[in-house]
Amino acid sequence: MDLLNAIVALANYVLIPGIAYGSQLALGALGVTLVYGILRFSNFAHGDTMALGAMATLLVTWLFQSWGLSLGVLPTALLALPFGIVFTILLLLGTDRVVYRFYREKKAKPVILVIVSLGVTFIYNGITRFIIGADDKNFLDGERFIISARDFKAMTGLEEGLSFKTTQAITIVTAIIVVALLFWFLNKTRSGKSMRAYSDNEDLALLSGINPERVVMITWIIVACLATTAGVLYGLDKSFKPFTYFQLLLPIFASAIVGGLGNPLGAIAGGFIIAFSEVTVTYAWKKVIGYVMPNGMEPDGLVQLMSTDYKFAVSFVILLIVLLIKPTGLFKGQST
Amino acid sequence: MSQTLKNTVLFAVVAALIVYVGIFNSWNSALLIIAMGLISSIMALGVNLQWGFAGLFNVGIMGFVALGGLAAVLVGMPRTEGAWTTGGFAVVGALLMGAGTIIIAVVMMKRMQAGWLRNLAVLAVLVVGFFVFRALLDPAVERVEAINPANTGYLGGLGLPVLLAWPVGGLFAGAAAWLIGKAALGLRSDYLAIATLGIAEIIIAVLKNEDWLTRGVKNVIGVPRPVPYEIDLQNSPEFVARAASLGFDPVEGSTLWVKFLYILLFAAVLLTLLWLSQRALHSPWGRMLRAIRDNEVAAEAMGKDVTARHLQVFILGSAICGIAGAMMTTMDGQLTPGTYQPLRFTFLIWVMVIVGGSGNNFGAVLGGFLIWFLWVQVEPMGLWLMNVITYGMADGSALKDHLIESAAHMRLMTMGLVLLLVLRFSPRGLIPEK
Repeated sequence: MDLLNAIVALANYVLIPGIAYGSQLALGALGVTLVYGILRFSNFAHGDTMALGAMATLLVTWLFQSWGLSLGVLPTALLALPFGIVFTILLLLGTDRVVYRFYREKKAKPVILVIVSLGVTFIYNGITRFIIGADDKNFLDGERFIISARDFKAMTGLEEGLSFKTTQAITIVTAIIVVALLFWFLNKTRSGKSMRAYSDNEDLALLSGINPERVVMITWIIVACLATTAGVLYGLDKSFKPFTYFQLLLPIFASAIVGGLGNPLGAIAGGFIIAFSEVTVTYAWKKVIGYVMPNGMEPDGLVQLMSTDYKFAVSFVILLIVLLIKPTGLFKGQST
Repeated sequence: MSQTLKNTVLFAVVAALIVYVGIFNSWNSALLIIAMGLISSIMALGVNLQWGFAGLFNVGIMGFVALGGLAAVLVGMPRTEGAWTTGGFAVVGALLMGAGTIIIAVVMMKRMQAGWLRNLAVLAVLVVGFFVFRALLDPAVERVEAINPANTGYLGGLGLPVLLAWPVGGLFAGAAAWLIGKAALGLRSDYLAIATLGIAEIIIAVLKNEDWLTRGVKNVIGVPRPVPYEIDLQNSPEFVARAASLGFDPVEGSTLWVKFLYILLFAAVLLTLLWLSQRALHSPWGRMLRAIRDNEVAAEAMGKDVTARHLQVFILGSAICGIAGAMMTTMDGQLTPGTYQPLRFTFLIWVMVIVGGSGNNFGAVLGGFLIWFLWVQVEPMGLWLMNVITYGMADGSALKDHLIESAAHMRLMTMGLVLLLVLRFSPRGLIPEK
């Protein structure tokens, strides 16, 4: 019975939040890694692209809510997501046209593009704050829990409750669908294949008649979908606050690099590695260990390796270790 | 127009802007702009060393600046009564033990034969070391933080003259830069950017959460000053008489005089660093750095150690940012970890370097003053603009309130826009590299 309680507590506080957070990171890291693979620079504006996409979705959600439109138990935000995606696609294509294309044609060094993307970051961030302000915004509606802790306790008679939030379920399901679609696109369609060819060897791809501008356009469209979805899922699960998306950059980049920059599969693996490291290191294990240990041997302290304020330190340390030991990442990525 | 003339005109324009503020606003704000402009210029010099000389992209300026601020507290603040004996030495011991664990792990990594045995052993050392570290650290930290938490609750500093903190701030920042550089240099350039982004976040997190070190978000106030206090000046009849002879009332005279003294100190530091940077730029070392920046492969083929030079210049540039950070905390008289924001301390410095002219030390100084001036002035200008736009709207309408309220966020967009426009249309900046 104690062992069951321990497993439930572990699932409740570590496994489920870890999987949900990992899915959000993976979606974010996929966007970063795609931009890196095709356009060959680290896009610092990705976090704020997520914020803007989430903001657009949020505004449409509010509009729908005021019309009384809803999806019943599901959050209305899902209905608004396509509109947010369209907005983000237009935004990214516009940014590319006005900002990035100039440097691409000049064949500027990647580091110049990184600086430019930093400038774009702050413009995006400014727009977000200008339109919606810097405060927390909540746009979650519908049923909050699939299983709430109290129901679970009543159902099973265990001491520990297991709660499974709707947003967590939606995050996981959406992430699976999006990743499946992405890999189908990259591996089966003509456009996807041309993207991979362009990423592997630009010159060869150009020689075989691939239109680079088209590849770039498709990349931005996909990145917009990924970023908006990731941003909305994160916003639903936690809450929407413009500044948190800038701070998400570090774990997202860490995920992409741990998996190997430019490698989509690696980005997903990296996202989960970072998420689970963060959650396990900052979780107070007292409860779980208390159930597993025999009576009278429960730990006194919280058994928390690090306080949650240092969760960024976890992704950073993992990043450093990977850079020191295997700079190409766990899956082979581009490192030069 | 010759280059020298053009540069003189540019500096004169900035000076005129500041004088304008002095005449039409107040001399106090003008002097404050000069003081902060000097500090910004020093930061810009440091970043220019990294970016302009060597092409290294540092996104963690905020972290290095904050480390300088920490130095001001650790050097300048008085010792907290009893904190060292109750827990201070134990804290330091625990930290040394933690560092020792990492060193042992690194040595084992290098000395032992590669394989699962080594990995297991290193992992074991790290895990055991970590738990011993926490077991030593936590109770000691608790004892320190229990000492009069409303006023102190931290170790305090060494009680030394605060001017000493400036070089110490440089040392702190340099040490952090060494750690980052060791890991991220020699790989592709983006990795350094991401690693510095990370270290900055972590330094701020440490300052915010380690109450025994910095009192965290409770802030350390009353950092001692290298210059007299206004209230002492106002109480000294000698000063009052002198101020009166120049036509100032004591309050205004004392605030101006204090700012003026700070400006003298800062200007001395800036001129020294500027002179050193100019010497570095024209030395063989500076030429080598630029050669590496322009063509790494060729420089490497000539036998230059690219990664070692990069590490060197990265440490130097970060140390300069640390010095500036210590100076800023000294002038503010307080360390407020909550106010360190990437926009203000990382991005703004980048705009200064790019706008001023990367690779040119005078450009960095000009950019420091000009952008700081804009930074201070953009908010009132944005507010004014919003007031003009919303002039025709009915008072109390939601849109009008929203627009006026959002004027505060105009800074972000303006600075981003300035950066993009300069990069696009004048990538060499106002005073280009020769």
